[in-house]
Amino acid sequence: MALNQEFVGRSFPPSPVYQVGREKIREFASAIGDSNPVFHDPAAAAALGYADIIAPPTFAIIVSLKAVIGVAHDPDLGLDYSRVVHGDQRFVYTRPICAGDELVTTATIESARTVAGNDMLSARADVTTTAGEHVVTTYSTIVARAAEEAGA
Amino acid sequence: MTPAFADIEVGFELPAQEFAIMRADLVRYCGASGDFNVIHWNERVATSVGLPNVIAHGMFTMAEAVRVVTDWLGDPGALLEYGCRFTRPVVVPDDDQGAVLTVTAKVTEKREDNTALITITASCDDATVLGKAQAVVRLP
Repeated sequence: MALNQEFVGRSFPPSPVYQVGREKIREFASAIGDSNPVFHDPAAAAALGYADIIAPPTFAIIVSLKAVIGVAHDPDLGLDYSRVVHGDQRFVYTRPICAGDELVTTATIESARTVAGNDMLSARADVTTTAGEHVVTTYSTIVARAAEEAGA
Repeated sequence: MTPAFADIEVGFELPAQEFAIMRADLVRYCGASGDFNVIHWNERVATSVGLPNVIAHGMFTMAEAVRVVTDWLGDPGALLEYGCRFTRPVVVPDDDQGAVLTVTAKVTEKREDNTALITITASCDDATVLGKAQAVVRLP
């Protein structure tokens, strides 16, 4: 099914505020097995000039992907979410996410195309503090795999 | 200490690492990330949708792969960009060995503004699992 081209270029209202907790960062770092002290120990983070522990680079997906998935579920878009896989992902950082940050995410659809029957949605999510400071922008492509039937 | 820009050359290889990925790691990542997609923990559902077995989250693999870069940097804040394609799933069997992800990385470009492009290779069972995995770092 072709994706609704009217979504391309559309930006969505900012997400609710995401409060970055120190224990959430530690939980995430432990889940990926990363014992770098800057993700766990405020003193180690302070030695590098950070106000509190910082998050591993891919932690940003927790903050941003909710906004992207919210868009992808919009029935007017025409994406079959039950067949979705993650196609690619890129992060562009201004600075690491830090415990205590209050973040808002604004998602924008950059492209919606169909390649060999696979619907591909590319979205950008700009993550800033509530004060408007840019932290990270994420670029995600999600792919709804073609249905099994030929020509579907 | 973050390595000095002057001390590295194109072709420099970062210390490689291997990561064992067990079923329990995926369950833990589900909880930490909030991504509870059933194919990451339920073999019955994974095989019913045509996968060989439970597979790791692409974002989990991506998180492991960049550790080769951030461990080398010391200060993860020196990472400016990181991206990849998810080209092949990492299949995680229900045993005591799990899957083994092997990650290598090397400097492939030095730029004028003290930044460098690092190309990352992540493989499992001798097949690469991430495509165009690249990071941009700023060095002192």
